[in-house]
Amino acid sequence: MPSTRPPVDYIERTRAQYDALGYPPYQWVQEPAPPPFVPLEKPLSECSVGLIGSGGIYVSGQIAFHYKDDVSYRIVDTSTPTRELRATHFAYDLTDARRDPNVVFPLDTLRDAVARGRLGELSRRAYAFMGGIYSSRKVRNLLAPALADRVQEDEVDLAILVPV
Amino acid sequence: MPTLSFSSAWSITAAVNPPRAVYLDFPLGHTAGKPEAPDTNRAILDAALDAFTNMRTPGAIVRLPFEWADDDAWKDSVMRPKASGGAHADDRVERWSTPQYQTDEDRQRVAAAPDCPTCVFLE
Repeated sequence: MPSTRPPVDYIERTRAQYDALGYPPYQWVQEPAPPPFVPLEKPLSECSVGLIGSGGIYVSGQIAFHYKDDVSYRIVDTSTPTRELRATHFAYDLTDARRDPNVVFPLDTLRDAVARGRLGELSRRAYAFMGGIYSSRKVRNLLAPALADRVQEDEVDLAILVPV
Repeated sequence: MPTLSFSSAWSITAAVNPPRAVYLDFPLGHTAGKPEAPDTNRAILDAALDAFTNMRTPGAIVRLPFEWADDDAWKDSVMRPKASGGAHADDRVERWSTPQYQTDEDRQRVAAAPDCPTCVFLE
């Protein structure tokens, strides 16, 4: 039977959880509308595509993320075999991400889309960081601009963002 | 630069308000699909790209037509404070400030080669 219930409201559930724990309310980022909107210049089959994921993915051999407002990121070569990808994060169930990192960092899925001609190419570099950064100031002032600069330098036509 | 954001958390994405988003009604930790399900994940990406090319309204969120399971039972247990309350209501793990490796082998590889040119620290 198809889903009949509305999406889980994580903002409301976080509020309830924090209340139950006696914490002050979490301050969610609220960006004004409308956001900037850049049209796509060419067909997807001719686009170079970048990937940025916040699921806590790193490559074995890289330094793993820590769990206290880690605003670092990892450069992931997009030819990396999936079996070398790892997942670490304090706030979601990692079972499936460790079994198959594509659930939060869809490298195989994107490589397949390129092989099928659905996308032009995958940028040489993807970027991974670990969300659950409670300082939105650090994300806004440090991490987000650094990643935006990266994908600009990579000259991708489209950046795919996969948050967790 | 055009961006396409996936989402498994409608209310958070609506608050952050990215230019274009696709919503997948899956449990957190599955923003781009299901484990070991390449056919499903291919269909999800194709649907996401189709939606992307048709979006004209800044801030649009398009729901993708995929279900996590045959019913919505998984939505009952997500982030619900348990009746007992207290610390048990918080199922997040402690927020250690040292690297949290998936495997010991990963830790040993970094100990043997601590310089990580592909690790970028901003503070």
